[in-house]
Amino acid sequence: MNTKAANSGSGQTQSGRPARLSLADWMPKIVMAPTVIVTLVCIYGYMIWTAVLSFTNSRMLPSYDFVGFDQYERLFNNDRWMVALTNLGVFGGMFIAICLFLGVTLAIFLDQKIRAEGALRTIYLYPMAISFIVTGTAWKWLLNPTNGLEKMMVNLGFEDFTFNWLADPDMVIYCLVIAAVWQASGFVMALFLAGLRGVDGDLIKAAHLDGASIFTTYRRIILPSLKPVFFSAMVILSHIAIKSFDLVAALTNGGPGYSSDLPANFMYAHTFTRSQVGLGSASAMIMLGCVLAILVPYLYSELRGERHE
Amino acid sequence: MKKIAFGLTTVALSLAAATSQAGEVEVLHWWTSGGEAAAINVLKEEMVGAGHTWKDFAVAGGGGESAMTVLKSRAIAGNPPSAAQIKGPTIQEWGDLGFLTNLDDVAKAGEWDVVLPRVVSDTMKYGGHYVAAPVNVHRVNWMWANPEVFRKSGASIPTTWKQFIVEAKKIKAAGFTPLAHGGQAWQDATLFEAIALSKGAQFYSSAFIGLSDKALRSKEMVDVFDTFKQMREFVDPGFSGRDWNIATSMVINGDAAMQIMGDWAKGEFTAAGKKAGVDYVCYPAPGTSGAFTFNIDSLAMFKVDGKDKQAAQKDLARLILEPKFQETFNLNKGSIPTRLNMPRDKFDACAQSSMDAFLASSTTGSLVPSMAHGMAVNSMVQGAIFDVVTNFFNDESMTSKEAVDKLARAVKASM
Repeated sequence: MNTKAANSGSGQTQSGRPARLSLADWMPKIVMAPTVIVTLVCIYGYMIWTAVLSFTNSRMLPSYDFVGFDQYERLFNNDRWMVALTNLGVFGGMFIAICLFLGVTLAIFLDQKIRAEGALRTIYLYPMAISFIVTGTAWKWLLNPTNGLEKMMVNLGFEDFTFNWLADPDMVIYCLVIAAVWQASGFVMALFLAGLRGVDGDLIKAAHLDGASIFTTYRRIILPSLKPVFFSAMVILSHIAIKSFDLVAALTNGGPGYSSDLPANFMYAHTFTRSQVGLGSASAMIMLGCVLAILVPYLYSELRGERHE
Repeated sequence: MKKIAFGLTTVALSLAAATSQAGEVEVLHWWTSGGEAAAINVLKEEMVGAGHTWKDFAVAGGGGESAMTVLKSRAIAGNPPSAAQIKGPTIQEWGDLGFLTNLDDVAKAGEWDVVLPRVVSDTMKYGGHYVAAPVNVHRVNWMWANPEVFRKSGASIPTTWKQFIVEAKKIKAAGFTPLAHGGQAWQDATLFEAIALSKGAQFYSSAFIGLSDKALRSKEMVDVFDTFKQMREFVDPGFSGRDWNIATSMVINGDAAMQIMGDWAKGEFTAAGKKAGVDYVCYPAPGTSGAFTFNIDSLAMFKVDGKDKQAAQKDLARLILEPKFQETFNLNKGSIPTRLNMPRDKFDACAQSSMDAFLASSTTGSLVPSMAHGMAVNSMVQGAIFDVVTNFFNDESMTSKEAVDKLARAVKASM
């Protein structure tokens, strides 16, 4: 038995060695191939298809009747699209700014070696575990002018208290900001907390010896060294802002009127419920443009960084 | 062991035999609220009674927007359901794409051409052939009112929009919500089209069917927008995004006095155990008593593979038009049968008055398709009108003149 096994084993190694080596060479490629193909087709392929459709006059189902930039022209003449784009600017800007500010502040406070840090961190991070649909529905109840917050304040004796942002076309976008910030700022905090823990302790000690206050230490030494964390947080948050769809769908459904529409909701409504696949594809391409505008500088700086090393 | 194997084989064989005799129908619909679900159950029971399998494919959402999305993805994937709730001009769009099957033999056997009014049978046909079966006729220009609230606030039921505003002020002063409303685009449009209809069926048709620029920019249209904006102060602050059946429940509970909504609202009253004429009353929307905006629900039949499935599909189409189903379904749903000359003794006062108005208006020419419910224009034009109407209702700074201009331009751009 033993000799047989040894023989056959050695026989295999002798005759099969080159074959095995090449199989081992091929293995990673074979394993990766399905993923690569699926990614190429399902992400890049459909991206190209959408781009093609945005130049056609597709209505209920895709057609290949090319009309040039007509759909883009119609898109930018469409009042609703302009509202959606403006909303993206307001929502995205405020969402990113407030999330970063709150996240950094919370992280710095948590970094002071306080008691029950683990529990606090979990409390702040937990909203991230909830989907935007749940967040939206919960805030819809809280902000509803006839029950929720307003009713609670009136019941408490503040008869004149009104809070009708959800029904006010000018203020509704801030409702979205509130809900989104509540959801994501804990995540930003976690990112920065990890970053803060990675800062070289000697640097901080040196600063202290030089007589810098805690505030100055953070402002001049620690936070500047967290630039990459800032950048990652920005990229992630702006992605969340641009692809925001579920939050609007659950919280306001674009209303009142269409005053809280975001581009993703516009795209969905026109492509899927209004039989305007061409127009919807054009709006999707603009959204892709927004994402690229953020992603390309990021990738560029990342790749350049590598080359330096 | 052998016995078990034999038993299993027998079971498998008998199952196979059973499925080859009785077909399966998969029906996509959005009848999901209380009264609606009870109504569609009637059809389900009849199909099961005829020996078929019913596969329910219900997609929630009042206007059926999400249901249509699901349907499109299924159709593109080459796997459409046997029947889907499609109506109005959308039937033609699907017909153009070649998805619908011919029902002429069923229609001939059931004499659909005789039992259906012309305006109904025309919308069920694509290129002269029946492709869909009408389930019911809804009247959209209805007003539902809670008499108790009217008594408490000393107001009377309005018959014109001018009077509506006077009475609504009294109701508001008494501490009730005058108008139960849900701020979703289609509900805004339902209210808007009821106001437009009060300017006459002629005006309505040229504006929303003919889409004439002159009618869209007319003085009447400015008036319509003016009245529409005034409704804004009679709804409660929480109206934004509310579902229609929640608004109906406000009338049922006595929180609100009136709701302008199609007669599917009656299904909600019935489901809550309320009696027409006692707990609630129905009137035509102010100023539209002689007119009738219709919304016809229909099940369009898709091309399906398999003899058994096709047989089941034909049975489904046949059963929909049988008097028994038409009666039970419409009693539950709150609408009226599409068949003419049905016994009407089981229907309540609201349905009977709806039947009268349906017959009468079809002779006077004031029977018009509902714009808000996708019977008058295709989904692109409808979407454009919705955008202007809903934006105007919520934007306090927009004037009626601006709205009219926007409406005319939006309609033109979407054609």
